[in-house]
Amino acid sequence: MRQLTGRQAVAEALMEEMMRDEKVFLLGEDIGIYGGAFGVTAGFIEKFGPERVRNTPISEAAIVGAAVGASMTGMRPVCEIMFMDFVTIASDQLVNQAAKLRFMFGGQAKAPMVLRTPAGAAAAGGQHTQSLEAWFTHIPGLKVVMPSTPYDLKGLLKASIRDDNPVLFVEHKLGYGEKGEVPEEDYVIPLGVADIKREGKDVTIIATSHMVFKALEAAKYLEQKEGIDAEVVDPRTLVPLDIDTIVNSVCKTGRAVIVHEACERGGVGGEIAARIIDSRAFDYLDAPIKRVGGLNIPVPYCPVLEKAYIPSVEKIVKAVKEVVY
Amino acid sequence: MQLSKETQIKMYEDMLKIRAFEEQVDEFISRGAITGTTHLCIGQEAVAVGACYAIRHDDYIASTHRGHGHCIAKGAQIDKMMAELFGKETGYCKGRGGSLHIVDMSTNNLGANGIVGGGIPIAVGAALSVKMQKQDKVVVCFFGDGAMNQGAFHEAANLASVWKLPVVFLCENNQYGMSTPLNEAFNIKDLSIRAEGYGMEGITIDGNDLLEVYQTVKDFAEKARSGEGPNLIVAETYRWKGHSKSDPRKYRTREEEQEWMKKDPIAAFEKKLIKEGILSEQKAEEIKEKVEKIIEDAVKYAQESPYPSVENITDYVYVEEEA
Repeated sequence: MRQLTGRQAVAEALMEEMMRDEKVFLLGEDIGIYGGAFGVTAGFIEKFGPERVRNTPISEAAIVGAAVGASMTGMRPVCEIMFMDFVTIASDQLVNQAAKLRFMFGGQAKAPMVLRTPAGAAAAGGQHTQSLEAWFTHIPGLKVVMPSTPYDLKGLLKASIRDDNPVLFVEHKLGYGEKGEVPEEDYVIPLGVADIKREGKDVTIIATSHMVFKALEAAKYLEQKEGIDAEVVDPRTLVPLDIDTIVNSVCKTGRAVIVHEACERGGVGGEIAARIIDSRAFDYLDAPIKRVGGLNIPVPYCPVLEKAYIPSVEKIVKAVKEVVY
Repeated sequence: MQLSKETQIKMYEDMLKIRAFEEQVDEFISRGAITGTTHLCIGQEAVAVGACYAIRHDDYIASTHRGHGHCIAKGAQIDKMMAELFGKETGYCKGRGGSLHIVDMSTNNLGANGIVGGGIPIAVGAALSVKMQKQDKVVVCFFGDGAMNQGAFHEAANLASVWKLPVVFLCENNQYGMSTPLNEAFNIKDLSIRAEGYGMEGITIDGNDLLEVYQTVKDFAEKARSGEGPNLIVAETYRWKGHSKSDPRKYRTREEEQEWMKKDPIAAFEKKLIKEGILSEQKAEEIKEKVEKIIEDAVKYAQESPYPSVENITDYVYVEEEA
């Protein structure tokens, strides 16, 4: 099968959806000639023109607000916020408006929009590196999608664009360069279905976004050096969360380690752990559930410190060894 | 002025409806028959009615926390509005929104908004949608003077202008952002001069003069509709009541209020209609009685309607998957 990078997979999803449905359009900062800060929309303005690839001023609240208003009135906007950190500047439009309007209006409206944004540490310091997904999982009315592989990025972005709800689609900067198999034929991955990235019987590692790759590396090491057979589960979407797949896995292995790049405190790991404990998996647990998150500090700039902030393969291995005894 | 006598009488009736609705709501709120709080536009009726009559039924409006007047002027039913404020299943938002989120989307109202300035970028998005779908609609975006100092206003006004979107930004300058007077919030006196900074036309008008509001919005809406891009109208007016339920109005004098009440937009329009022979005093009385009856019926409808069922509390959080 052909190999695509994460960047190519996202671009292909956008391209196919724009060709399929003329209501789909893009708006965001520097997405025109520049092709987006990470090059995702390179060539789009040439293909679709400035009406459907709308380069905006640096106005995050207006970008997301315009997407909300356009989505309420018949369009299907996909807006790009250049770094996830900048979603904070548009948070009223996402949190108070898009997420709630359907409910507050008693079902009279809907907001079928996607907000794409890259998260994750990549040598840029405290305001260009955060993974803020947990905040948005806390907001009823939003869906939160956070894929890892090129295959998942493409299939889930297509599903997000077709979804009638506002979707926060979190990409990882390092994921743009990851290669993976992506079939030529059209496919869509439904939101709310986790994927078992590696089958195993001794421990369940639940990992999100780029941490999936680290978890897989850790699993390989554990198998080769420690004789531990780890199962790696990628939730892929955080809202809705496919808790059944996670619970089934933990029932099988009796052990769970949750890995995400966001600060451990208040991260989605706490929610997933609580959901496991509050399920039939509780009776199968042979050890405490471990979380491996980013340190509870702003993301540092210096490579040495940044590396220490992000969960490493070593930290995942260590956490697994602490629960497999 | 192309307004027929019938339309002018209807505009008069709608202003009366807004006032009567809000006076009734005020009474219910003060004695706890309606829970929570509400923001009344009594004294500002001419802006809502003048603007909504100046545009087409299929044109959009975006409203504010002080949104009953906009909702009524755009064509909503009083009974469903009253039911919403009572939190009933028969209300426009099925009791999920209340006064702060009141909306009848069938009239192309994009909704009241609990966030000051929150509706402005949404209005711009609707105008973008209109343009992309090659419709010839306009969006009238209501907001208050307070919202003009929100970042959302600046971002949205600029974006609308850059993209030449069909928006009429309509500021209801009621002189106070909650308790804060204009001179503490602005270092300019005429707010419409801000339009120039966004490359759009701006004008300040008497918001208590119904026909001035009507004519200005009509002209500005047609300019926006014809592809000229957005523009800004600042309608000078006054909110007679406090900001919300528990406002002792310590920040202004009773004398100032009295001065503005002399400029009552409804009384002024009534006087004009009678003077011009469009309305007789007897007919005015009949209309007032009719409005009173509409309010009475609405209250009865609201009181007799059921509350939403707790079983359905999670409805409308997400669009359900299609079967």
